[in-house]
Order: sequence, then structure tokens, then C-alpha cells
Amino acid sequence: MTALVLAALGVLLVLPAVLPSYALTVFTFTFFYAYLGQAWNLLGGYAGQLSVGHAAFVGIGAYTSAMLAREAGLTPWLGMFVGGALAAVLGAVIGYLGFRFGLRGFYFVLLTVAFAEVCRIAALNTEAIGGALGLYITFTGNPRQFQFQDPRAYYYIALGLVLAATAVTALVERRRFGIYLTAIREDEGAAEAAGVPTFRYKMLAMVASSFLAGLGGTFYAFYLFSLQPNTVFGIPLSVEIVIRPIVGGAGTLLGPIVGSFILSPLAELSRYAFAAGGWSGAHLIVYGVLLVVVVLFFPQGAVPWLRRLLGRAQP
Amino acid sequence: MRRRPAVSPLLEVEGLAKRFGGLQAVRDLSFRVDEGEIVALIGPNGAGKTTVFGLLSGFLRPDGGEVRFRGRSIVGLPPHRINALGLARTFQIVRPFPRLTVLRNVTVGALARHPDPAEAERRAAAILEEVGLAAKRDQPAAGLTLAERKRLELARALATEPALLLLDEVMAGLTATETERIVALVRDIHARGVSILLIEHVMRAVMSLSGRIIVLNYGERIAEGRPEEVAADPRVIQAYLGEADEHGPAAD
Amino acid sequence: MAVGLTLIFGVMRVVNFAHGDMMVWGMYLAWLLATRLGLDPYVGFVVCAAALFLLGLAVQRGLVEPILDAPHEMQILLMLGVALVLENAALLIFGPEPQRVRSPLTLSTLWLGPLFVDVARLVTFAVAVVLAAALSLFLFRTDLGRAIRAAADNTYGALVIGVDVRRVYMVAFGIGAACVGAAGALTAPFLPFQPSFGLSASVTSFNIVIIGGMGSLLGAFVGGLLVSVAESLGAVFLSSSLKELVSFSLLIAILLLRPAGLFGRRP
Repeated sequence: MTALVLAALGVLLVLPAVLPSYALTVFTFTFFYAYLGQAWNLLGGYAGQLSVGHAAFVGIGAYTSAMLAREAGLTPWLGMFVGGALAAVLGAVIGYLGFRFGLRGFYFVLLTVAFAEVCRIAALNTEAIGGALGLYITFTGNPRQFQFQDPRAYYYIALGLVLAATAVTALVERRRFGIYLTAIREDEGAAEAAGVPTFRYKMLAMVASSFLAGLGGTFYAFYLFSLQPNTVFGIPLSVEIVIRPIVGGAGTLLGPIVGSFILSPLAELSRYAFAAGGWSGAHLIVYGVLLVVVVLFFPQGAVPWLRRLLGRAQP
Repeated sequence: MRRRPAVSPLLEVEGLAKRFGGLQAVRDLSFRVDEGEIVALIGPNGAGKTTVFGLLSGFLRPDGGEVRFRGRSIVGLPPHRINALGLARTFQIVRPFPRLTVLRNVTVGALARHPDPAEAERRAAAILEEVGLAAKRDQPAAGLTLAERKRLELARALATEPALLLLDEVMAGLTATETERIVALVRDIHARGVSILLIEHVMRAVMSLSGRIIVLNYGERIAEGRPEEVAADPRVIQAYLGEADEHGPAAD
Repeated sequence: MAVGLTLIFGVMRVVNFAHGDMMVWGMYLAWLLATRLGLDPYVGFVVCAAALFLLGLAVQRGLVEPILDAPHEMQILLMLGVALVLENAALLIFGPEPQRVRSPLTLSTLWLGPLFVDVARLVTFAVAVVLAAALSLFLFRTDLGRAIRAAADNTYGALVIGVDVRRVYMVAFGIGAACVGAAGALTAPFLPFQPSFGLSASVTSFNIVIIGGMGSLLGAFVGGLLVSVAESLGAVFLSSSLKELVSFSLLIAILLLRPAGLFGRRP
């Protein structure tokens, strides 16, 4: 497995030299969504707290750094941490309310969805940040402004993000933090009985996860140069974030990445297939079907399944 | 029995009460467990035994009364804090972490005292050895038999290195041989200096293990004493027979 | 008006993400029947209910049943998948433009004492009350209805006394879907709808169900009343784009403040 991963990494590092620009975009998005999926994975996969509102954190991160750059001239390289911090604050609020009031399963999902939607509607109605028209960033091509003439720069940044998030997750996985999170996911009451401060660890997972997602918001803003409340705070983005680790294998280190490599090309294909109708929801049908198939037939996701496959191939 | 007389109280319960809706599950219950003791809590089904465990371990909040562990009040503390003070419990309906391996299950407990995962894992492996689950250490807990899961439950609680262990029916549903093994295991744990409060329906095990028995009925203590005293107590016999009268032949 | 509709939501305990999208499908079916066959939605709702009943049955049988014993999260994800498919299939087939079903009744109005009432809403309300009454009769007076309530109350207990829980779930799910389908068809004449309407419909129904308490008719009535009053107040005092904010804020408040014990069990 390790050799395979290293080989894949090597290929990804040299790939931009030969990729056409369209494929470069697809890869960049693949990495970026894998990164967001990895951020989600910490909370949803390891700690088992299902959030379908992670778009809120991305949105806050994106708007924060974009507004700071526009109004205060702060470089997004710093703004992204402010955005991450604000996203973490929201995460802490949601987490505190949800965990203190004992919302589990479906009720926690509803809470995250409701908060994301409140953010979306608030953004739509706040003229100072562009309201329904959205926020546009003027392209300067200045790297200090997180802007690059060469799209390959975004490719490497997105790759760097996903690698960093995966490294963080790998570190967490081996430490007490990660072990406690999986115990909470499996049985919260039993974890408490075994001495796990479940509230504190769920809060930590929530804050870390929302901080990482918030960092990602800056990339989103300065890669796309436009922010619409309906897209950056919308449920479809939350679904994009959730579905990758679920398909790849929630609570596994490589799950979000494998999931993203399965889903992004699939989404592109279906968009392409239905592009004639000028219609944008096709990939969501594909996601829906895939979600159902995964739940029914691969509840652990692709990674454990692949691992078994590879394990069987070895003598 | 290597019980020393005149030891300090480990657990003191005074006037404990808990009501669920119209049901008074525990009523003005007082008792104590001293260091080095094995005490059994028995009583007919629905007598409130498991509720008492919930109250002691912080899963339920009492409506009244006081619980002191090693001299300090633990009422209102969350379960993990109570565990950190040295009071661990098992669940009547076993609750392993199903998708984690057996070793990982016990490691979670060991991490409470040993934050370094490598060290915690070494401790966990040693405990698995002790409870006889070493061969299964890399299997997911979901695949264990009931007897194995009961032992895993015990191992995980033990891994938190408690001074007092609350065992909730760790022998229920086991065969005679399996029960023998658990009894021996409980003895070993006790011999290492862990005090034990146990809920049990398997009377032979209760009689042979415990130095003292507390009998509960309708949430109240109706008798307390050494096994042979309790067995001869007319109120105890009445409590068990009374149940048989109301519900036909007794379930146990 | 919403009360009658919400009554139906409240009685069924089967709440899920696909709820609102099923309602939207009920609306589109009513629209199809009205535009293609000239069937008035106040007749067509029966067909919609039947169709949604079958859809509900199929979803339960084919998708939910195999994972009944799986972790709760799996069922949430499954219904999220179903919701995505339903919503976006509607988008694919019917397009994003808002639609409205014409019924002769929508044009007529009526003085009811001091109140000026829209006949369509009145009829919808009446039909919804009748449906809810029929449903409660079914739940409380028939063996199958009692079995459903028993299974909802205590699955294990129901199993012990010999209830075929799987069949009961199937029927319950089917009826839940049928109610939602009927509700969709009945509100279609005066509520413009589009595929993306599903989520807000789901949220409204969650609000009502959570406030009202599961399976309690009175609770559903009170819940429905509270939610519709709060939402109309929001509509009066806030701009229409902020109206949704009220539903979601309400949802957050309800989730946090729901009376303890009402949800001791999972849906």
C-alpha cells in the first residue's frame, strides 16, 4: 500500500507538465474536494458526528479572506487563517449547542444543515458582502494576493492542502486524540465509561474540522474569483464534501482522497453528458445514486474494500 | 480471602434516591464499600440495581442523596471524571466498540492513565493476556461471542486502573464453565487490590465471591450481611417469592 | 391552512430528508394530471397519493429494509441519497421554473362570516382534516394501525408479541409517502412550486414533527399551529427572502429546546 501511495504521489507531482488545461482544472478540484473531505473526515469519519453543513465553514473562510483582501488589503495568505479561525468559532458554537444539548444522529445533521442555511440566507441578504449578486475578486495575477497566472500553481497548492490535511489526520489517527474519536464514534456512552471526556474531544474534532474547512474557503475564493452565497454556502457544496469520504471510506486516512478520485471524474462526466440541456444538477443525481449504492453494498467505503483486494493479491 | 479489618471506606452512599416518572427506582439507599471488599448487590428484577450503578458512575443524576468516593463527593460529575477518580463500570448489556479491534477496545481504557498510545497498547495487551483474549486481539470486537464480549467489557474497565470496579451481571447468559472462568478472573482482579461491587443473578457465584451482600427490593435495601446471613433472612426469601407470586414462576 | 397539512406530517413518525422531495413529486404529478389529462388537483390527489404510496413502498422495501440493522447514520445517508435523486430528477424533467396547478377553485373566493376566504385553501384544509381523521381512525381502530403504533413505540416488544415488523414498516413508510404526496397535490393549486422547494418543505415538516411530538395528533396540531404562525409572522415582518431564515432559526431553536424525553428514542 505504501509503495503504491508513493508512486501515485510521484506521478501527481510531475503530471502538470503534460496535462491539458481542462484536465488540470479537474485535478485541482479533485484535490481541493479531497482536502475538504479530509477536513470533514476528522469530525464525520473518525468522531462519527455527521455534518451536512460544512459548506458554512468554507463560505465563512472564503468571504472572510476575500473581504479582508478587498477592504483592508490584507494578503489572503494571512486572511486564510483569519477565515479558518472564524469558521472554527462557528464550528465551536454549533458543536457546543449540538453536544451540550445532546443532539445525535439525525438531529445533529439537521442542526448543521440549519446553521449552513442560516449563513447562506444571511449572506444573501447582506449587501455589504455583495448580497445575492455575490462577491467578485479582480484578477491581478499577483502571488502575494493568492493569484497566479499559471493554473499549475493552483494545482500544486490544492495538492499541498490535501497532503497537509492528510498528514495532520495521520498524526491524529495515531495519537490518543484519534483513538478517542473512534471510540466516541463507536459508542459514546461506553467511551465515557472508559474515561474518555467525550464532550471535550467532540468539540476538539469540530473545531479542527471547521478550521481546516475554513482555510479551504480562501482557496475557493481565489481560485474561482467569485463567491455566490447559494454556491459557497449551499447544500450542494456540503454534499460534495460529505460524499467523498463516505464513498472512499469514512474514518480511513485515504478515504477522502480515493473518494474524490472516484467522484470528481464521475461528476465531470455527468456534467458533460448533460451539458447540452444547460442543466446543472446531473452530477447530484449521480451522487444520490452512488450514495445509495455505497450505503447498501459498501457501507465501509472503497478503501477497506480495496485493502482487502490488495491483501488478497499478495501471497 | 486476604481481607484486612478496619480499612478506610472507599465508597459511601447516603440517602440515594432516583425517580423515573411515577416510579421510585431507588429510595433512600445507604451503604458503603470498604477498601479490599467484594460486595454483591442482589435483588429481584426491577429492584433498581442497574439504576444504582448508573447513579454511582455518573450516567444518571440522583434526585437526592450523596455519593462519596475516596472521601470526595462525586454527585454531578460526568462519567469520565468519575472514571478518572478510580471508579470504573461495565454495562449489563455489553457495549464494546464494535468496529475497533479487541486490542484497540482495551487501549481506549488504558489511555485514561497512559496518554502515550504505545504504552497504553502495551498495558492493554497485558490485560488481554490476563483475561484470556490475547488470541483475539486483532479481531474486530463485533465478531466475539457473548462470553468473550463480557470479558472484553471487563478488560476495558480494568484497563482504566480502577480502585473500585462495578460489575453489572458479567456472568449472565454464560455457561457453567464460562462462569467458573469469570469467577476465577474476578478473584484474580480482587487479589491485585481492586475492590469490587457486583450485580449478579448467578447465586452460586455471588455466594462464593462476595464477603458481603446487599439486597435491594423496590429500590430499597431490605437486607445486608454475610452471604449465609442473607440467604437465611426471611425478608429476602419473601422478596424473591413475592415476585414469583406476582409474575408467575420467577424469571431467573 | 397549513394546520391541516401539517396534521398529516405530524402523525407519521417517518421523517427523512426525502420527505419534502416526495411532496414536490406529488405536486408535479398533480400538475401533470392537470395539464395533460385535465384532472382537477382536488380529484387528482388520490392518484398522487397512490403513486407516492407505491414509491414509498419501493423505497422502504428495496433500500431501507436491507439496512434496518445498520448504524443509524447509514439510514440518514441513504435518505440523503434518495432526496438528491428525487430533487434533481425533478429538476431534470420539469426544469427549474416555478409551476402552479390551475384549479377552477383557485379563482373563487367566499365570505365566511367576517373572513374573506379563498375556496381552494378551504377545500385543501377540509380534505386535510378528513385525511388526518381517517388516518387516526386507521391508527387507533384497526389491527394494522395498532401494530404500526406498537412498532413505533417499541420495536422489540412488537416483535415479541408477534407483529410482523417489516411489513408494518413498509405500510407505515408507504402511508407516510402517500400523505406527503396528497399534501403536495392539495397545496399545489395555491403554492407555486419548483424542484428546490423540497428542502424547505422538509424543514417545515421537521419543525412540526419535532415540536408536536411523534405520533401525537394533538401535538401535531399544536406544533403545526405554532410553526405556521411563526412562519407567517416572519413573512409579515421580514422581506420574503428572509422568510426562510425564520424556518431554519425555528428549526435550530426547536432542536435545542425540544422537551426532554420526547425523543428518548430515535426516529
